[in-house]
Amino acid sequence: MGFASKSPWVIHYDASSCNGCDIEVLAALCPGYDVERFGIINTGNPKHADIFLVTGSVNQRNIAVVQEIYNQMLEPKVVVACGCCACTGGVFHDSYNVIGGVDKAIPVDVYAPGCAIRPEAIIDAVVEGLGVLEQKAEALKEQQKKGA
Amino acid sequence: MDLNFFITTCIGTIAFAIAAPILGCLISGFDRIISARMQGRVGPKLLQPYWDVRKLLGKDKVAVSGSEDTYINLALFFSLLAGGLFFSGGNFLLVVFVITLSSLFFIVAAYSTRSPYAEIGAARETLQVMSYEPMILFMAVAFYQVVGTFDVSGVFLLSQPVICTAWAVFLGLLFVLTIKLRKSPFDISSSHHAHQEIVKGITTEMSGPTLAKVEVMHWVENVLFMAWVGVFFVYSNPISIVIAIVAVILIYFFEIWVDNNFARVKWQAMLKWAWIVALLAGGLNVAFLAFF
Repeated sequence: MGFASKSPWVIHYDASSCNGCDIEVLAALCPGYDVERFGIINTGNPKHADIFLVTGSVNQRNIAVVQEIYNQMLEPKVVVACGCCACTGGVFHDSYNVIGGVDKAIPVDVYAPGCAIRPEAIIDAVVEGLGVLEQKAEALKEQQKKGA
Repeated sequence: MDLNFFITTCIGTIAFAIAAPILGCLISGFDRIISARMQGRVGPKLLQPYWDVRKLLGKDKVAVSGSEDTYINLALFFSLLAGGLFFSGGNFLLVVFVITLSSLFFIVAAYSTRSPYAEIGAARETLQVMSYEPMILFMAVAFYQVVGTFDVSGVFLLSQPVICTAWAVFLGLLFVLTIKLRKSPFDISSSHHAHQEIVKGITTEMSGPTLAKVEVMHWVENVLFMAWVGVFFVYSNPISIVIAIVAVILIYFFEIWVDNNFARVKWQAMLKWAWIVALLAGGLNVAFLAFF
């Protein structure tokens, strides 16, 4: 196992969530679940983050923000859609302003359903994302070798 | 320049450049575990800071400013040089100036990115330097008054440790040590905790390998600052080195406790209190040593 999956720093963005999923994301960091055991740190900075946790659906107002955060993140990076709204638009899917799930704006690697998503599901999704992160890290290394 | 001094400094710097990152990494690992336990959490593994840095080194290289990386390299170099000067028994005043130069390069690196968030962090880091510098200079002056020389190696000739006559300066150092170690309540320029930070303060635009170098620089600085604490306890008796190490461990534990129990203050409060402490603890101690 490489170092990419040993220290996954996350950035959390609330697209248009009802805050249910956001509270669960924060709960995962608190003593009850303590994801820092796995080296997971919540950074407030896309340039430091490896995993992008998005809660809530994408709408006309925030699609540019979601894309901007994704573009500022450095490779290797992984996107986790947290909760039903982030996966598909959820109960707001037919709202006039809602475009849909996060995959309408950026490529999503892991879909984690739930309304609200359980902290266990977030941890599972991040662990799932670590496999993807590891693959991308390997690919980047290959690419850098070729470039050099 | 004296060739002997040049050679000992070179050897000291190389030895410090190898040993300090290892020691600093372990200190950082223990720091995170102990902090987590104080918050009722299990916390990460001991080698987590090492894994973080290795991961950062493997990230893609993206820089907003082409000169940022050069400034960070210089900041890291001068922090290693300061440590090398200190541990080879060199001039304490020079150590203080060199480590300040390292801080200044760190600030310039943040300013060079022209990012508004990094600039706020850089401005706050400047305020931190302004806050702790008077006390650190008083410490260097008190050191000279007690030991009779600025050379760190002079402490091995003393009949009693520096802390016996400069205990007020030592207390003042403990106050500004919280600023230097970037711990709450004085973690003004960049906090470890995302939710009380404007993006990420001074390190906002630093990413990947550049951020890895910043992390290593913090480890190295922490080792040097804790050695400053330890030097107050060392004198001609060899057992005093053991006492110094125990004192350093206890004081670092105290710093972690302070970090976990105090909320961040505004910069005005930090600047005001750091200067009050510097004038009272540092100024009075220096005056006492000069006139009595």
